[in-house]
Amino acid sequence: MSLRKKFFSNPFVLTIIAIVLGFCVAGLILLAAGYPPIESIRTLVESMVGRPKDISSVIIRSTPIIFTGLGVAFAIKTGLFNIGAEGQYVMGCVVATMVGSMLDFPKPVAILMVVISAMLVSALYAGFVGLLKARLGIHEVISGIMLNWISLYFSNWICGLDFFHKPGTVGMYPVNPCTYTMILPEWKRSEAGAAFMEKYPILKETLGRTDVNAGFVVAVIAAFMISHLLNRTRKGYELRAVGQNIHAARFAGINVNKSIVHAMMISGALCGLGAAFYVTGQSPHTVSTLSAFENVGFNGLSVAFIAFSSPIGCLLTGLLFGGLLYGGAGLQSKVGAPTEIINIVIGVIVFFCALSYLIPRFVERRDAARLNKKRKKQAQKAMKKGGAHVN
Amino acid sequence: MAAEVSSKYAVQMHGITKRFGSFYALTDVDLDVERGTIHSILGENGAGKSTLMNVLYGLYQADEGEIYINGKKVNIKNPTAAIENGIGMVHQHFMLVENFTVTQNIVLGSEPTRGPIGLNMRKARQNVLEIVNKYGLDVEPDKLVRDISVGMQQRVEILKALYRGAEILILDEPTAVLTEQEIDELLAIMKNLIRDGKTIIIITHKLKEIQASSDKCTIIRRGEYIGTVPVEGITEDELATMMVGHSVRLVVDKTPSNPGEVVLDIQNLYVKNEQGINAVKDLNLQVRAGEIVGIAGIDGNGQHELMEAVNNLKKCKGRIILCGEEIQNKNPKYGIDRGMATIPADRHKDGLVLGFTVYENTIMQKYRTDEFSPGGRINRKKMRSFAEELIKAYDVRPEDCGPKLAGGLSGGNQQKIIIGREIAQEPKLLIAIQPTRGLDVGAIENVHKMLIHERDKGVAVLLISFELDEVMNVSDRIAVIYDGHIQQIFEHGTVDNRTLGRVMAGGEIEDAELAAIRKQKQEAEAAAAAAEAAPVKQAVPEAQAAEAVTEEIPEAQAEEAEEAVTEEIPEAQAEEAAAEEFSEAAAIEEEEVPEEETPEAAAIEAEEAEEAPEAQAEEAAAEEFSEAEVMEAEAEAAEEVPEAQAEEEAADSPLQSPSMEQMQNTLAQMQQSLADLQKQIEEMQKALAGRQ
Repeated sequence: MSLRKKFFSNPFVLTIIAIVLGFCVAGLILLAAGYPPIESIRTLVESMVGRPKDISSVIIRSTPIIFTGLGVAFAIKTGLFNIGAEGQYVMGCVVATMVGSMLDFPKPVAILMVVISAMLVSALYAGFVGLLKARLGIHEVISGIMLNWISLYFSNWICGLDFFHKPGTVGMYPVNPCTYTMILPEWKRSEAGAAFMEKYPILKETLGRTDVNAGFVVAVIAAFMISHLLNRTRKGYELRAVGQNIHAARFAGINVNKSIVHAMMISGALCGLGAAFYVTGQSPHTVSTLSAFENVGFNGLSVAFIAFSSPIGCLLTGLLFGGLLYGGAGLQSKVGAPTEIINIVIGVIVFFCALSYLIPRFVERRDAARLNKKRKKQAQKAMKKGGAHVN
Repeated sequence: MAAEVSSKYAVQMHGITKRFGSFYALTDVDLDVERGTIHSILGENGAGKSTLMNVLYGLYQADEGEIYINGKKVNIKNPTAAIENGIGMVHQHFMLVENFTVTQNIVLGSEPTRGPIGLNMRKARQNVLEIVNKYGLDVEPDKLVRDISVGMQQRVEILKALYRGAEILILDEPTAVLTEQEIDELLAIMKNLIRDGKTIIIITHKLKEIQASSDKCTIIRRGEYIGTVPVEGITEDELATMMVGHSVRLVVDKTPSNPGEVVLDIQNLYVKNEQGINAVKDLNLQVRAGEIVGIAGIDGNGQHELMEAVNNLKKCKGRIILCGEEIQNKNPKYGIDRGMATIPADRHKDGLVLGFTVYENTIMQKYRTDEFSPGGRINRKKMRSFAEELIKAYDVRPEDCGPKLAGGLSGGNQQKIIIGREIAQEPKLLIAIQPTRGLDVGAIENVHKMLIHERDKGVAVLLISFELDEVMNVSDRIAVIYDGHIQQIFEHGTVDNRTLGRVMAGGEIEDAELAAIRKQKQEAEAAAAAAEAAPVKQAVPEAQAAEAVTEEIPEAQAEEAEEAVTEEIPEAQAEEAAAEEFSEAAAIEEEEVPEEETPEAAAIEAEEAEEAPEAQAEEAAAEEFSEAEVMEAEAEAAEEVPEAQAEEEAADSPLQSPSMEQMQNTLAQMQQSLADLQKQIEEMQKALAGRQ
């Protein structure tokens, strides 16, 4: 393999190429719609990373998507397509809100209880999908999609229950402050905090004006833990073996059915973890009646795809996703271009990621063509030289 | 060297070079095929023979080189162009529409029409029948392809080519899927085609078929042209040497087995297939430590289901006992944990995780041990060192394949990883299913050596293969599976391909033979016995002769043993014979004395001789042995009577057939004398040891 081909076979490089191509196509579409493409994309990037507050907001926006992305990526690595991540995330949010609004414990205990209950319910919800696949052979996409809808209407039903419904709103009672996972939530509102932040504008911009929370840190830890689990442990070996070749795994004595259920449960638990940190870490700290999915889980699918299902990669693509979603709003307000353009960009990036396996071949063919040309030229030169000699 | 371009040749390919990227699949290969001949292309797996034929058939374009058909230069861009030039190809994997009839399949793509859109299937049928009759290709034109046998499907493929006017037929590994009988039929068809002036090119790596069929043979090794030789007057060994570049032993080199206690005991096993029909019916089979039991049979007679049940991939009825413990209807891990290791038939499906590295693939079972994953965390250093050792021990290539994906290795090297991995589990029972499928001669030899080595270490080996030669050569006992049960079991070297083939096909002839023997018993007619037994008797020495090239002494012994039985003076003569055996064999190698008897002598002798090694093991307890063992031997002998009788009658046919009681008496006498002999032998051995 030539060095060039090797370079162009690297998933990281391929992702970058796909992203660049995605922006190019978006530019063309902007141009066709009558907006200045360079200007628009610059605005988009600016509203993503222009100010410290934007960066902070992007991270916050990204956190749940990173979690669902991790969940989906984990499932892909174990041979499962967890399209039910959306439903598992919704279930996690509902349960986190339910538990969080009822609890009044010291902070660490309360947070732990919310997190564990959300993870547990999401894991069971996903585990049910795994069980259906393992026992009855029902494909996880079918049951996943069905359960997505069930979770949506379950969420709305809980929202409408008197016990949980906050009068005068469309949502539930928010979680109690004892479960908040923002960084220093009380201190930054106190006078001392305000005075301190006055001295450091960056802190004031970020900490003071956005819900900086622990979620992202947990996401980073989770990504590394998942990576470790997959690649370095007995369990991970089993799960990957089942994912790559279920027949060989069964032949080697691995309990395939158990593996499928466990893989789904871990995937669901990650979605639930994301949900818990969304509810406890960001206002409005509650769940509202939904008319449609919020797409956190579905975006997780895209995140996992673009990251080629690498858990660490999900951190980066999740941030890109959060950035695009957040920056898209800026694009609309500043240039007037519709936010749908962002969906086009995302779509094109996913599209080119899916096509990226063609790039190494393309490079190889071009290399071969070049080599041929060179040879021909040399041959011609040699001929000419020979000819001149005769003359 | 390339011959002159001439219309005498149906096909000439000169200087063919084909590259895939930087890999040279073919380098400057020549092929000259005379019209009206059968020409073989011989080479190891991956040597480039299929590539060469795909170039001829237009599936690949050669980077360099020229192709001449009947002396005219042609440019074959695609299969359509090949067909226009009269070239037809029958692929290894048939390309037939399962739900179409034979006729529909044959005419597909060039149907006779009636009017602009109408089909004329009656004419199509006529056309097909015409060709069928012309070449004696037996097919049923109105049957659905999915309902006909594999052999007939192949004939349909040949018909397809002929229907399109093929003058040159390429057959890619045509015998891989056929039974012995079907192979014979195919050879006859090929001869018919040649008589009509057709030209046939066969791709193969089976030396025997080349000898049986071809006029000339072109050998390709690693994409390079080695030579073209006339098949007449060349030996298999010479061909094999040309093919692999070094001398390969075709006869498997092994000593007689030394079986111990029963490791795998399958009792009254029933297993259903996918359709819910019992594919395994009342199957009984035992595999003992230190022996290789080969299961011979035509594909689809329950081998697959049997293996699924033994590996706990499928529920079953009956009992599967591994080392005294029932393992049926548990999970695969249950058997593995109790000392079972399996080399699966499909290495890509069941053997390897192709997306895993070679390192990871070597610990498919061991990963869960505390040695490899203490505390649930994989010890990668341990994994790497273990895998590197395995790679070195089994000569997996390339040597630095460890961190690479297993999917990138060649089939032979993948197989080495699986075999190494399974053997590294130090199993009590090693099951090898089609272990040499798709491997070349050199690799096959290695696999066989490994199996025999495991056997010699005391592992019970169960070999399942559709390659008759493999089963015949490697196994100590050959169990023929037919219609889901074990039809009959033969000792190594007591049966030839033909007889085995007959049993594999349902054993109708065998039944007749048995019936005849029964009849003869009832009537006690010596003449009838002689007539019936003659072929069997012939078969035995033949097989022996084949086996005994390297071992002349056992044959002599066998003859002596046979004499001993024939003349029915057991005591004195058997004693003499055994004493002679002993002294002769002792001169060569002391320990092999009792073993040497096993495969050659008649069934009774074998049965008794098997007891011998055990006795030998108990060197100190010579007195204890005699009584207990004789009892056991008698019990077994009683069970074995019908078979034993058959065998014995075969041996002593000129004499009068003794009655049942007489036989049993004789048997008991012989048991006694043998036990005495054992004692003597042991004494002599002790004496010998003392002298040494």
